[in-house]
Amino acid sequence: MKRIIKSITPKQDISIVLCGEAGQGIQTVEQLLTRILKLSGYYVFATKEYMSRVRGGSNSTQIRVSSNPVQAPIARIDLLIPLDKEAIKHVSSRLDKHTIIIGDRERLETNKKVINVSFLKIAQEIGKAIYANIIAVGLLLGLLGGDIKVSKHFLEEYFILKNKEEFVADNIKALERGYQEAQRLIKEDQIKHKQFSSLEKSNKAKNNLLLSGAEAVGLGAIAGGCNFISSYPMSPSTGVLTLLAQYAHDFSIIAEQAEDEISAINMGLGAWYAGARAMVTTSGGGFALMTEGLSLAGMLESPLVIHLAQRPGPATGLPTRTEQGDLQLALYAGHGEFPRVILAPANIEDAYKLTQKAFYWADQYQIPVFILTDQYTMDTYYNIKKLSVPRGEIVRFIIKTDSDYQRYNLKVRDGVSPRGIPCFGEGLIRVDSDEHDEMGFITEDMEIRKRMVEKRNTKWHWLKKEALIPTLTGATDYRVLCVSWGSTNNIIKEALDRLGRPDIALLHFQQVYPISEISTNYLNRAEQIISIENNFSGQFSQLLEIQTGISIGTRILKYDGLPFYADELAQEVNDILKGKGGQK
Amino acid sequence: MKKTMDFEQQAIKPAWCPGCGNFLILKALQQAFAELSLTPQQVVMVSGIGQAAKTPQYLNVHMFNGLHGRALPPATAIKACNPELTVIAEGGDGDMYGEGGNHFLHTIRRNPDITHLVHNNMVYGLTKGQASPTSEFGFKTLLQVDGVISDPINPIALAISLEASFVARVFCGNIEHTVEIIKKAIKHPGYALVDIFQPCVTFNRVNTFKWFQEHTYILQDHDLHDRNKAFIRATEREKLPLGIFYQNKQKKTFEQKLIVHKEQKTAFLFRSINRKRLEELLREK
Repeated sequence: MKRIIKSITPKQDISIVLCGEAGQGIQTVEQLLTRILKLSGYYVFATKEYMSRVRGGSNSTQIRVSSNPVQAPIARIDLLIPLDKEAIKHVSSRLDKHTIIIGDRERLETNKKVINVSFLKIAQEIGKAIYANIIAVGLLLGLLGGDIKVSKHFLEEYFILKNKEEFVADNIKALERGYQEAQRLIKEDQIKHKQFSSLEKSNKAKNNLLLSGAEAVGLGAIAGGCNFISSYPMSPSTGVLTLLAQYAHDFSIIAEQAEDEISAINMGLGAWYAGARAMVTTSGGGFALMTEGLSLAGMLESPLVIHLAQRPGPATGLPTRTEQGDLQLALYAGHGEFPRVILAPANIEDAYKLTQKAFYWADQYQIPVFILTDQYTMDTYYNIKKLSVPRGEIVRFIIKTDSDYQRYNLKVRDGVSPRGIPCFGEGLIRVDSDEHDEMGFITEDMEIRKRMVEKRNTKWHWLKKEALIPTLTGATDYRVLCVSWGSTNNIIKEALDRLGRPDIALLHFQQVYPISEISTNYLNRAEQIISIENNFSGQFSQLLEIQTGISIGTRILKYDGLPFYADELAQEVNDILKGKGGQK
Repeated sequence: MKKTMDFEQQAIKPAWCPGCGNFLILKALQQAFAELSLTPQQVVMVSGIGQAAKTPQYLNVHMFNGLHGRALPPATAIKACNPELTVIAEGGDGDMYGEGGNHFLHTIRRNPDITHLVHNNMVYGLTKGQASPTSEFGFKTLLQVDGVISDPINPIALAISLEASFVARVFCGNIEHTVEIIKKAIKHPGYALVDIFQPCVTFNRVNTFKWFQEHTYILQDHDLHDRNKAFIRATEREKLPLGIFYQNKQKKTFEQKLIVHKEQKTAFLFRSINRKRLEELLREK
């Protein structure tokens, strides 16, 4: 691991890592602990990294608990709970002399100092080995000063909701035993109480929401009026499909598991044609199969929302890990020339809002709109403020047709011919994959061809005008400008906070295509530009260079399948500012 | 009753070769629509790419002309989003059994209330004369110089094996029979396959008009509810039977199985978001 700047590590947060095999129940611990801590008044952040397997292997979850909002992963581990023999080895590069390890000493076979808690033995005393998870939850709540009453109540509701009422009593026993273990460790002075008691609780945090990126995209789609989703399961995009399926009854959504991604996208287009608001969710490999369908959307001038959750490729790559490697895929996919918009949520709140925006623009301009996320976004959550439900009815860009209706009417200034749907008015709705005339009939008339190409691509003009302006954080009179897009926003923000330099700022893009023309002004003002991306070739900085003509001198790139860590990144930026490191 | 004229489209002329079987199918469709008293506004034709897939261009109805092999997924979705529409997916043997083979299988499983018309001329027309999935063993082309070395697909047997709810075959040379079967297919509540024998006058010199006349016969005294017997008839090779091989009206359609149409009947366009529930959800998280 890279050297971490110790002096700038904030003391107000505790970084906990739980590590063990798939199937050992780390997810349960993460879910319960974060929710109970939030209800106790803390800010929490959780993200996970896991192997592409259902049982075994080494998976870990990082939970940061803080008095202030925390929204990024860090390399530092303050407290490690290893649940199997491999766990310590799995995270060893992130351990240092300050890391406290609590576990079943006998079962870990390590020469590192381990504070012993006999999770398994206690669990067996209660009744089942699986209770070890809840004992760990109790232990951590005890150390962090979580509210025991709140915890018990939450646990009870959690198991009732899962229809596992008969397990409530034993789980509460396990929780209490864990809590008592924490008190024992403090009493025996094995853990200095101050180490964990410096956190302050706040009522604000209590009322926050805890929402993962996958939930935010799914709920954003619902808020955007989505009522049709057809997709083929593929990590890490499946969470959105299951969320919409789970709420299909509540929101009257058709959620269909298609036989392949080709079918999925073609169904989506059929649904829009018939008046629904459809989306597909997929990852790189699945999207590759959708590219002909994307091109069809371009030709039909059909709206479509595509959620593309990136994972490292090529081919199957690392199925459960993260990367920002498919920007160029989304950008260049599909034969022929037609307009598209690519949105890349900066954070959870953004994922909710931008997904709504995607439906709006898709419908308004009759174009495909991408929501480009990644595994990191899908599997991450932290306290967020209330999300608002859109007021009023969803705006639909559909007209009631007359008998002389022409689907591809050329007499429109903005390239957008009013869209009709079958059975709403007298008109016949003809959409055509072949080049077509105003009626939608196949044609090889070169003059019409020329005018249709121009009509479709006129939309670019308006899309560029409406493009979301990138957000600037940090010094307004910056010398150094970091440039980023998508899911890295909060991580870079924390990294720059840690550096605390007055001459540096971050320009972050939540819309990566087309980019706002104002972007050039920001780039021109910088003496040095550093692009930071979770990929190998700096795909976004290449795009920016093409679009603005401004060369981006330095790149910080990470492509090992993991997100950036805020503390490591701070070090890397610092090195560059001192003239060391970075890819030129 | 409506007139066939109502479904004739005057703006553009068919691009097919003179004498092509597609003209007969086009005529049969117009007649079937008229005899069923449909209006042009009620019918959506969904097609892929190929000579057969051009048929919707020459009809006065709604049209979704999509990608090669991909007519069935949008047809399923259109019907699911608006069950009031009469949805017909139309294409050729290459389009539907080759490029779109996977959708063929899975559409049968879903059983949407759509009609699936496949012009089967046992050759590729649009790409000029290569073998199709239904070309007979040994059929010689510029590409299959030693003759086709794969066995042909038997779409009828395949559909019956998957328990498609309506499986039929016609020969467009017998237009009355074709109209009658297409009408039954449209009226059938569920997925209905009609494989339509059609001579290609330019690229298939084997399976000609005369050949189809000599090698087909109309099923008589056949119990179309007996799936096993249907399968036996479907595998006959000497002379190829025409008519309805199998029908099962008891199967629920895709749309009937969808919860969205059980709880409310409003068209998708006019449905509102359940704002109260969304607010509640966002509070719970």
